[in-house]
Amino acid sequence: MERYYQPEIECASQEQIKAWQDERLVKQVKHVWDNVPYYRKKMEEKGVTPDDIKGRDDLHKLPFITKTDLRDAYPYGLMGKPLKDCVRIHSTSGTTGKRVVVFYTQHDIDLWEDCCARAITAAGGTDEDVCQVAYGFGLFTGGAGLNGGSHKVGCLTIPISSGNTDRQIGFIKDLSTTILCCTPSYAAYLGESMKEMGMTPDQIPLKAGIFGAEAWSEEMRQDIQNTLGIKAYDIYGLTELSGPGVAFECSEQNGMHINEDHFIAEIIDPDTGEVLPEGEKGELVFTAITKEAFPMLRYRTKDICMLSREKCSCGRTHVKMCKPMGRSDDMLIIRGVNVFPSQIETVLLNHGYPANYQIIVDRVNHTDTLDVHVEMTPEMFTDNLGEVSRRQKELVDGLRSMLGLTAKVTLVAPKSIVRSEGKAVRIIDKRKI
Amino acid sequence: MSVKQISVFLENKPGTLLEMTGVLAEKKVDMRALSLAETSEFGIARLIVDDVYAAATVLKENGFVHNITSVLCVCIPDEPGGLNKVLQLLSAAGVNVEYMYAFLGGKTVDHAYMIFRVQDRKAAAAALRSKGIRVVDQEEIAQL
Repeated sequence: MERYYQPEIECASQEQIKAWQDERLVKQVKHVWDNVPYYRKKMEEKGVTPDDIKGRDDLHKLPFITKTDLRDAYPYGLMGKPLKDCVRIHSTSGTTGKRVVVFYTQHDIDLWEDCCARAITAAGGTDEDVCQVAYGFGLFTGGAGLNGGSHKVGCLTIPISSGNTDRQIGFIKDLSTTILCCTPSYAAYLGESMKEMGMTPDQIPLKAGIFGAEAWSEEMRQDIQNTLGIKAYDIYGLTELSGPGVAFECSEQNGMHINEDHFIAEIIDPDTGEVLPEGEKGELVFTAITKEAFPMLRYRTKDICMLSREKCSCGRTHVKMCKPMGRSDDMLIIRGVNVFPSQIETVLLNHGYPANYQIIVDRVNHTDTLDVHVEMTPEMFTDNLGEVSRRQKELVDGLRSMLGLTAKVTLVAPKSIVRSEGKAVRIIDKRKI
Repeated sequence: MSVKQISVFLENKPGTLLEMTGVLAEKKVDMRALSLAETSEFGIARLIVDDVYAAATVLKENGFVHNITSVLCVCIPDEPGGLNKVLQLLSAAGVNVEYMYAFLGGKTVDHAYMIFRVQDRKAAAAALRSKGIRVVDQEEIAQL
């Protein structure tokens, strides 16, 4: 039997969903107009006032918010509430190294955790379950979001955070964990480790997993499901919009329901910005209609996606999005961390290297690897091996502090990086996702 | 008085050293000495050649990153304790040796040559000369 966390919302009629969205959008636009001068200016430039927004159908009149806006308005420019009303921040990396900081009121956190609770319930979670949250805790939203959702459902929650595989497996065995929350690659890695220890799927107490923060394929799902003997559910979210739980999979495991009482989704043509009819492929744009502290209107996710309003067998009525099919920018997601080539370029230039580089991303034993190839230059070269190695290590350290993950740096001969039609091929993504 | 050493950046993969010796051979550059230093990912070839200008030009034309450093070339008697004596003098003069390598002078001479990479080349040369150790220059290398 399908379970719901908030059945009256999750299974509401299309008319009811539209009514909520109309009302909340009008209210949110007024709130932003009155409290966020940065966005008000954008509206004025487009000649739009709150009076022009009568409901969801007028959404297209509003200007977009992009990553560039987040950078320009850093850190307080997009806040909708005074700091004294905010209780927490989370943060993610920006395009050029400047972080994106997102603020939350207690009410924002409460609604976000509701969204995560819906995802856990859709995966079969109840107050009888033991939920192990193996997403990272801290500035990353994964740990905090699922942890809060798990509390709301009433699961016994293990806030173990990421890493330390032996301890993860120890808790799964000793406390009979039934629901695992982490990145899909870490789930696959845990599965391999348990298999090596001789554990068969029927000896593993897990029954479900909620896996997100990075792209994964249907094959990877089958692989994880078979090794762990569970059902594996996808979850989608962005820090800019709260975190995980913007959308989640149900028992049908075919697309993720977007929590439409909090977010209005649009698909646009990434080149023209024009709204495309539902069912067409384009860039996903979200408007958060209930968020107080960081009220995003028409935020361009850069994720290429499709929406579907086909009736779902689970009984939920909220629109479904497919797994993101790619990006309309060059952002890479490596081990759950957002990485922009421009960030890597910034570090290289700061360390005196030329912008001749190549980023090679691969997935080895279910873990993403990042290898940055840099062309050696006469300026960076000396006859002293120790000196060249020291500079190489400085670059690794610089990349780590910029990206928040360890990259391998390989120094290569000049002009050895392939150029096609005079333009370097910057990114080689060998992962089969 | 010093000798010019050419250091060449080489990726640590099959064929790169061959490629370098290939372009030098084509230009008829005669190598007097060669030393290789490597990590798991890259290496540095250090060369002493007869014609530094010709070697540097052909390396540059072929896209090899290289630089030229002045190093000390010392004649060491080809007999037991020869190197030991030189190192004693350098040590006494407070000269730190970053790296060094040796090559033989040829069939007709009774000494070997030792290349020293040191910070204070002048002090090192003076310390050696004061004890009768010969320090040679590029001209002598070219004529070997």
